[in-house]
Amino acid sequence: MDTVLISRMMIGITLGFHIIFATLGVGIPFMILLAEWFGMIRKDPQYSLLARRWARGYSITVAVGVVTGTIIGLQLSLFFPGFMRIAGHVISLPLFLETFAFFFEAIFLGIYLYTWDRFKKPVTHLLLLFPVVIGSGLSAFFITTVNAFMNTPQGFTIRNGVILEIDPLKSMFNPATPTETTHVIASAYMTCAAVLAAISAFYILRGKRIDYYRKALRLTAGTTFVLTLATSIIGDLSGKFLANQQPEKLAAAEWLFHSESPADLLIGGVLDPVTQQVKYGIKIPGLLSFLAHDDFHSKVIGLNEFPRDLWPPLFVHYLFDLMVSVGIFSAAVTAFFVCIRYLISRLEWNRWLLRALLINGPLSMLAIEFGWTYAEIGRQPWILRGYMKVAEAATTSPQAGSMLVVFCALYLVLGILSSYILMRMASSNPVENEMEKRGVKWNAI
Amino acid sequence: MPYELIGISVLWIFLYGYVITASIDFGAGFFSYYGKMTGKGEMIHAVISRYLSPVWEVTNVFLVFFFVGIVGFFPETAYYYGTALMVPASIALLLLAIRGSFYAFSHYGNPKSHIYHLLYGATGLLIPAALSTVLTISEGGYISKLGNTITFHAGALFASPYSWSVVCLALVSVMFISATFLTYYANKANDRQAEEILRTWALFWSLPTIFASILTFMALYVQNPEHFSRMMNNSWWFILSLAFFLNVVRLLILKRSYGFGFVSVMLQFFTAFWGYGASHLPYLLYPYLVIQSSMTSPKMALALIWAFIGGLCLFIPSITLLLRLFLFNANYRKGVIK
Repeated sequence: MDTVLISRMMIGITLGFHIIFATLGVGIPFMILLAEWFGMIRKDPQYSLLARRWARGYSITVAVGVVTGTIIGLQLSLFFPGFMRIAGHVISLPLFLETFAFFFEAIFLGIYLYTWDRFKKPVTHLLLLFPVVIGSGLSAFFITTVNAFMNTPQGFTIRNGVILEIDPLKSMFNPATPTETTHVIASAYMTCAAVLAAISAFYILRGKRIDYYRKALRLTAGTTFVLTLATSIIGDLSGKFLANQQPEKLAAAEWLFHSESPADLLIGGVLDPVTQQVKYGIKIPGLLSFLAHDDFHSKVIGLNEFPRDLWPPLFVHYLFDLMVSVGIFSAAVTAFFVCIRYLISRLEWNRWLLRALLINGPLSMLAIEFGWTYAEIGRQPWILRGYMKVAEAATTSPQAGSMLVVFCALYLVLGILSSYILMRMASSNPVENEMEKRGVKWNAI
Repeated sequence: MPYELIGISVLWIFLYGYVITASIDFGAGFFSYYGKMTGKGEMIHAVISRYLSPVWEVTNVFLVFFFVGIVGFFPETAYYYGTALMVPASIALLLLAIRGSFYAFSHYGNPKSHIYHLLYGATGLLIPAALSTVLTISEGGYISKLGNTITFHAGALFASPYSWSVVCLALVSVMFISATFLTYYANKANDRQAEEILRTWALFWSLPTIFASILTFMALYVQNPEHFSRMMNNSWWFILSLAFFLNVVRLLILKRSYGFGFVSVMLQFFTAFWGYGASHLPYLLYPYLVIQSSMTSPKMALALIWAFIGGLCLFIPSITLLLRLFLFNANYRKGVIK
């Protein structure tokens, strides 16, 4: 294997692993905030306990997030030194700001986790969460602006290999920034709500039919519903952004070779790469035109308008479809749950509904992976679209391969251990016991 | 003051922050393991875990801040060090990852495992050793550039007396910094037994610290005479450092004012670190990178400096709050509040 491929695999695997914990890191504090706030305004200690138990699990995932985040921060310089040299010149401001945002978050998280019963007023402890929520949101924002910059670089010029006329704010607030940052943050929130809903559904399915889990499921599934809608609206805006600024990425996702007006939306299918014909796919007339430009008759640019060597790999179509399908599934399941909970509440714990909510958690996390992989593979062959190809940026170090093996082993161990510890934490301290211990009243249903 | 000097000073101060906080952490890991093996474990472990639990993530960010900042201010360093440091930096990352995650697993997840304790103690020694090699490499002689290919000579690094003296200095400094801090902390927590053991350890590690420093001076004379002579021009920093060191030893022997003693240790290392850094300039990597030519554009530098000032306005009040709640809160230290 050449070092370019190794470097791509290394960063891909590190980020693919880190993104799970980063997503949890961004969204879970918001969910803890909701639960603790509910506990306060409804004077219901069950919600406060919910916040407490989530926070305990969160301390594990955030630790893995911190170490993998440290790894990716340094690995970018190790495996893509050529890219980091340019990035250092042009886009280092948000990278720098990200560390501050994370600093802020880490400090307050440390305080929050160790001060549960230390303040006279419960609101003081709740207030400590705001810096955590804001800090983690800002971290996500800053780091996503860097990725947005890779998609639509601006704020500098290159003359004879020298980078000139650098404008840090212009490179940070590039055309991809608004849609990409909001899409990342909204989908992280949605995924965390879905994951926590899945956990509640899991315990109810296992026979823990108590009011604690009913409250937990209602809170998380309801929140998932709202956040899925928000994510879908922002996702639609991302599609319009692609149509205007990165048309080859959208065309590759939709296997649109000739520019068409109106253009059809393609779902699934099998491509014959020679004839560019698609078999077995479902076509929805004019919908792609609508997604791209809010107009069923508008023209959408096809891949043939770009030189062949600048086409992204065409399998991204499936990644795109999978990501969107999960979004639709999540919206449907949670909408159904919300309706049933208000209209026919005796069916609230229908086993099929619970199973659907259970599977929605891991599916949402997978959708994050699909979406992120689509964003990265869809930019190929560029690392910095229009300026620098991935192959020009990678390391030449002969040891890259062995480091890849070492880090894969590390992620395997960390993944297994953190899951094991989280499961053990939950099973060794069932919520009924903890409610007894803390004198919280609860009822079986 | 030119931007590149502001930039490198800011980064250097943050690296100093990492050296102090991480040393406390690393040393604590070793003492905790050693204490467990020799049966003095319980009380020392209690002191250590109360201090470290809320602080370890913050320590890690100091380091991230440094290497993100250096790529921001001096993008050329990414290219040179990035290519050359593939193996040593990966090893350091691996160790940091093991330490950080295992710390959280055991602390929050609570498995009382012997392996965990061993890893926690061992990584506390291995990480400073691995990280200190970066400073060694910066002295030149271990990286060469032919055309566009940068090569790292691992063999030369392992065979070099300078490299080993730096590793040695890093390890004993970690022990000394950590022991003096924990003595102070145990004293404030009114844990007399732990205090006495830790005080003895601090004294035990004081002389090796000075010997290792002198050894490193001498080895540097061989490795990079140019840097050595610049150090001689900055010698009053090192004399000041020695004075602070003598003050700490005096206080430890007299069993007095451990707080002031720890401040002296911080100043001892600050002056030495600053003197070393100042005489290292203008080189970031001898002889390839100097700060003036490898700096980012003035506009970006200015943006980073403003970001830094803005960040400090958030950072200083919040870290003060953290320290007041945990480090300087009498009830928390004594373990009344969990």
